[in-house]
Formats: sequence, structure tokens, C-alpha cells
Amino acid sequence: MSIDQIQARFHLDYPEFSLDVDLALPGRGVTALFGHSGSGKTSLLRLVAGLMRVPDGSLSVNGEVWQDGRTFLPTHKRPLGYVFQEASLFPHLSARGNLAYGMKRVGHAMDRQALDQAVKLLGIAHLLDRRPHQLSGGERQRVAIARALALHPRLLLMDEPLAALDLKRKQEILPYLERLHDALDIPVLYVSHAPDEVARLADTVVLLEQGRVRAQGSVTELFSRLDLSLAQDQEASAIIEGVVLSHDDDYALTRIEIPGGTLTVQRLQRGLHELVRVRIHARDVSLALEEPGVSSILNILPARILELREIEQAQVLVKLCTGAGEKTPLLARITRHSRDRLRLHEGQSVYAQVKAVALMD
Amino acid sequence: MGFSDADLQAIWLTLRLASLVTVLLLLIGTPIAWWLARTHSRWKGPVGAVVALPLVLPPTVLGFYLLLAMGPNGPVGQFTQSLGIGLLPFTFWGLVVASVFYSMPFVVQPIQNAIEALGERPLEVAATLRAGPWDRFFSVVLPLAKPGFFTAAILGFAHTVGEFGVVLMIGGNIPGATRVVSVQIYDYVEAMEYGQAHWLAASMVIFSFLVLLALYTLNPNQRKF
Amino acid sequence: MQTPRILLALLALAVVSASARAETVQVAVAANFTAPMKLIAEAFAKDSGHTANASFGSSGKFYAQIKNGAPFEVLLSADAETPAKLEAEGLTQSGTGFTYAIGTLVLWSADPALIEDGAKVLGRNKFRKLAIANPKTAPYGAAAMAVLKGLAVDQMMMPKLVQGENIAQTYQFVSTGNAELGFVALSQVTKDGKIGEGSAWVVPAGMHDPIRQDAVILKNGEGKAAAAAFMEYLKGDKAKDIIRSFGYQIP
Repeated sequence: MSIDQIQARFHLDYPEFSLDVDLALPGRGVTALFGHSGSGKTSLLRLVAGLMRVPDGSLSVNGEVWQDGRTFLPTHKRPLGYVFQEASLFPHLSARGNLAYGMKRVGHAMDRQALDQAVKLLGIAHLLDRRPHQLSGGERQRVAIARALALHPRLLLMDEPLAALDLKRKQEILPYLERLHDALDIPVLYVSHAPDEVARLADTVVLLEQGRVRAQGSVTELFSRLDLSLAQDQEASAIIEGVVLSHDDDYALTRIEIPGGTLTVQRLQRGLHELVRVRIHARDVSLALEEPGVSSILNILPARILELREIEQAQVLVKLCTGAGEKTPLLARITRHSRDRLRLHEGQSVYAQVKAVALMD
Repeated sequence: MGFSDADLQAIWLTLRLASLVTVLLLLIGTPIAWWLARTHSRWKGPVGAVVALPLVLPPTVLGFYLLLAMGPNGPVGQFTQSLGIGLLPFTFWGLVVASVFYSMPFVVQPIQNAIEALGERPLEVAATLRAGPWDRFFSVVLPLAKPGFFTAAILGFAHTVGEFGVVLMIGGNIPGATRVVSVQIYDYVEAMEYGQAHWLAASMVIFSFLVLLALYTLNPNQRKF
Repeated sequence: MQTPRILLALLALAVVSASARAETVQVAVAANFTAPMKLIAEAFAKDSGHTANASFGSSGKFYAQIKNGAPFEVLLSADAETPAKLEAEGLTQSGTGFTYAIGTLVLWSADPALIEDGAKVLGRNKFRKLAIANPKTAPYGAAAMAVLKGLAVDQMMMPKLVQGENIAQTYQFVSTGNAELGFVALSQVTKDGKIGEGSAWVVPAGMHDPIRQDAVILKNGEGKAAAAAFMEYLKGDKAKDIIRSFGYQIP
């Protein structure tokens, strides 16, 4: 048992659904439980919360046993916070009443600081006296998240907190979740089926398929693995982390240092040396055998081909790495025709032309 | 004319009976409703059907079997005798027991419906907010299912007030113990004292109307959250 | 030819039915008289060709229904008062009333050992509940009260009394053992001319006013052949034998 890990082993077997996982998850940062519906990700979250119970499962969170052969802590005795998919505020209580509901029940009484921090983090100070029906979907979900945080949980569980919201509400709430990511020092398990959310929020990804763990690793690693469904999606992309190197106010550009190179992007409202995460779609990367001389494209990176995989009749996905130590993955989606014309093969050195870089946070 | 002393005694007795039965039914009916609303047991069907029996049975059938069961040779009668509290027929407590059976579905079903409508989610939310099982019931179920409990209490009370057939079968028409308003009215009609019968009967009609009016207008059901 | 023969047959049938003029009479019957009435109706149908349709219930209920236009043609009441009241209100064919049976009161227990020496069981007072019919509404109840008063045990019995709304319910209380004993109708405990089960004390007729059960033709039955025929049949020996066999007396 490790004190900075979440260890979870569950096995359940229904005729129409089975789950069999044995996980060791990092004891801090955001871990996304990612998969399609029916993959078992919500069941896994409910098992961790104790909302579902299977015999001979085991679970320990940063050194504390929540379930094993002899022990089963009921949900209300687990120091966790849980955010449900749909806003689940108590309709008979105001937003403030909802926040107070859990705080009254945790041992260390009314922790004003935790409350103030949660209220500030989620920007709900002006909503506190409203009833749930007077709040928008996004506001309700923000209150629900604050309600979970105000408990000072040692583990935060989020079950697709954005799934029930429309795109506009999602955009409204994502920045709060990102602030959360930076501000919290507790582990977060975040269930999602949206690669976009995972790319923005997660540090670690657990990919679930039909109740089994298909893969586990860092966001950077998993998003660029060609054998996984993530890379075969239309939105397939490489996630790269870097630091802000310099700003060019004249041209309104920012240079980001990534392992083994730099990226030039539109001017970011970020301080120097701040950590940023960018996403480069495979469809925005093209390959050239020689360094293009004069080009309108800002980012041309020397790279090496690691792997080629045909994904459709006409399409080939190429995994590359750039920079020293080959730490930084890149994905390119090209036609089969181009592959044959350029005679691309594994181990080959090429130049990757990046047409667009999306900032994730 | 007006209410005779016997009438007032019958009214007072009826109100006492109905209030007591309502309180007991809320205490007994709530766990039953809770179980029925949430169980997946194969006993759910049979138990639900037994609870609902008084809805379809003629009261005389129920009264007859209660008379047999609570009599000296019946299982309930043997039990009460072994406890040293004697036999229940012809006593106020006998009426209480019978009324609890008789009015049970009117209390259980509204509460069951309310709990079913509530679903699992609010309880799960409360559990993740550190509320234990009893705490969840009082802080979440009770306030959210309030309209159901309100309806149950009113129906249980009104139905007990209106009960006649069962009382007739096991009451024995004892003033102050088992002679309730409905029996008193029946006696007036049988004795052809229609004037007195009208006083009580009309009061019953007005009372029942007011109760139902309260149910339909004051029910917090109609309040929108 | 076939046709004339069929016509003849139909004609013959018509003549036969016309001569019998079978009619139906609607009879309201006191509940305590249910069993004898069924036998009498059967015999009546066989002997007269008429049909007696019986409804059973309490006299008080019948009174209310007859006053409000119920289609009964004959009333076999459990008392003498109800027919008299209807007569006074002009709801009967006057002069047709008579006493068809006199009820016998019996103190009865389902326990074969309880009533060994007649009324003394009351004086010993070793029981929990004594059932009687409601004295206000049932003649058997009024008679039972008179007996208790006559024996001077009415005050002592008061806290032990439980009332059935009618004599049938009183019998139910006693037969199920919920009341150890009670005043019921002899007709209820008589089987094949004698008391079938338990123990009993047949109350001497002199201890209470006779429980007269009167019959009368109602306004609806006035001039109806079947109604008159039924009343006559009720006075006949066949009916009397049936009535006596159920423990009633005939005046």
C-alpha cells in the first residue's frame, strides 16, 4: 500500500456488463477515466465512492483503506467530494444551504476558509442566496462543485460534470475547472468521454474499454498512441506541455519552449515561464523531406518518424517525435498517396509543418 | 335540536381514534413505503398486494377476519392474551389495530409514490456530503417528499373517520370506547330517528368536504420548486 | 300439413299459462327470518306456481326504503312496530297485518360447559363480555335488556355489554368466542328442531314482552294476487311447521 497512490481493485460480473480493474493511480493531479458509454468508467467511480459495493474489492486512497476484505467504509464516512453528471443540488435549499449541508456534517465544522476558497474559485458569491431553480445549468454545476470542495475532501470524484451542459455552458465552466486543476493539491478522478475535456484537464488518463483497462499513462503519451482509439478520432492530436519563453508584442506572438524546440503561437495572456499546454491536431501537421526554405508556416520542427499506421482507405497516421531525447510526440495525418510518394518509413527524419496550435490552458 | 351528549362523545372518540391511527400509520407505514419504494426483492409484489387489500375488500370481510383473528381462538387473540392484555375486540385499542390495517394503503401508497418519484440520486448526493442513513431520511427524504406525507396523513385520518364496516364487526357499540360517529349515525337511521341522523350525517359530509378541499388546495405538491 | 298442429300447440300453451297466471311477489324479510323464508318460498312456489322474491335486511332499513318508494309488496318485519308505523302512515294495505312468528330469546354460549344452570351464569359473573343486540334498534336487544332488568343484573352487566347492530351480528360475536355468551334468537342456534352446539338457556316467554314479528301487505302489493296468496300461505300449516322448526312460536 502506497501513501501517495490510489489503489483500486474491483471485479464485478453481470450478464450484460462486467468490470475487472486493478489500478494504481497517482495520489495527486487529475486522472481522467476515459471511455465510451458502457466502458465502466462511471461504475468505477461509484465503486470508489462506495455508492456501489462489490465483494472482495479493495481500495486505498493515499494510505487509507476504504475497502478490503474486512473493511467497507460507507459513502458518508469517506472523505471525498462527488460531483454528479447532472446538477444535483437539493431543491429545498438555497445555494448557500446546499454548501452548508455538507460542511455542517464534516468533523472540522464550518471551515470558513475552505468555503470562501471554494466560493471564490467557482465565482458563485453572487449566487448564494438563490434557489437551484433560479440558477442556470452551468451555475448549478458550479455550486455543486463548490459544495463538494467545501468539504475539504481528500479525493474529488467528478462524473462527467459537463456532459449535461450545452457547448456555451461548457465554455463557461471549463475555466473554473482549469483553475481547480491548478489550485487543488488533492487527487481528482474525472470521468469523461470527451477527448477535448481530457486534453485540457487531465494529467493522467485511464482508458477503459468494456470494463477493462486498455491503457494508462500521461495525457501526452496516451493521446499519441496510434494503437488507441484516441489517435484514430477525427480530433486526434498531440498534447504538448511547454513554458512561455518570450512575447513579441509587435507581431502579437508568443514563443513557447517545448522539450527540444520552440513553438510560435498567437500572443498569450500568460506570464513568462508559465506552464502551458497546447494541442496540435494531426490534421494540421504536414510532412516534408527537406527543410522548406521560405514558407508562411511559423512552426517547422525537425522530427523523426516512429510509427506509421493506415487508418482508412486513403489515410495514414504518422507518429513522430521532435527534439532531443525524443520527448515530444507529434501526430500527422496524411494521405496514403503522400506516404508512398515520399516513401516514408519508420526511423526516417522529416520536417513537420504545424499549421495551427491550439492553446489548452 | 343539535348534538346530544352521546353525539359529542362519539365525535370526540372518533377524532381521538383517527388522530392516533394517523400517527401510528405514519410511523408504521413510512418504513413499509420506504421498503416498497426501493426494494428489488421478490417479496415486493406480495407485500404491496397485502397492503393494498383493504382498497378492494369489503370492510365486513376485513372486520370478520379481524374478529376471528383477535378472538380467543385466533392467533392475534392468543398472542394478546399471552401478553396479559386480554382480547382486543370491543375495545378502543381493538379499533385502533383494525383501523391501522384498514387505512394502511391510504398512507403507504402516497408515501411510496413520493419516495419513488424522489429516486436514488438525492440520497446518493446526501451520502457524498457525509449524511448517514437516518440523517438522509430526515434532511432529504422528509422535506422533498413532504407533499406525499401530507397527503398520506390527511387520507389516513379521513378514511379512519369514515370507517364503518370494520367498526361494526369488532366494535360492539360501546359508548366512549367503540361507538364512533358512523355507528351512531347508523343507529339513528335504524331507530328511525332521522332528525338526529341528519345532524351527524350532514356534519360528516361537511367535514369530509373540508378535508378534501384542504388536500386539493393546501397541498404543497402544487408549489413549484 | 304441419302448420296447424304447431298453432294448436302454441294455443294450448297460452291457455295453460293464462289459467295459472303465475306472478312474482317482492317480499322484504327481516334478516333473522332468512333461513325459514327460503324454505317457505320454495314450498310456496311449488304449491301455488307464484314466485316469492325475497330481500333480506333490517326492519329499520326497509322502513326507510319503503318510505322512499322501494318496490316491496309484502314486509315480514322483525318487530310489530315497523308495520304499525307504516300502517299509520298509509303505506300498507290496511287490515292485512298479522303476527307470523314470535321470536324466542335464548342465552347462548359456544362453550358447551358455560351455561349449565340457566340464568345463574349471569349472577356468577365469571365472564368478560355479554353480547346483546342493540336494544334501541333490535327487538331481541330490547327483550334482552328486559330480562337483565328482571333478573336485577342490568347494572352489574352494563360494563360487560357489547352490542351487535342486529341479532345476526350478536350471534357472530358469541360464536367466534369474542363474547363468551349472549342473548340471541333461538332460531339462530336451532338445528333440526333442537339446539345444535354450545350451551344455552331458553328464556321463559314471560320475562319480556313477546318478540312479535308482524307481516303486512304494502301499498305496492295492494290488489296483487301473488301478494295475497303469499300472505295466505304464510298462515297455512305448511308454513307454520317450517316456522316452528326454526324455534319460533306461532300465536
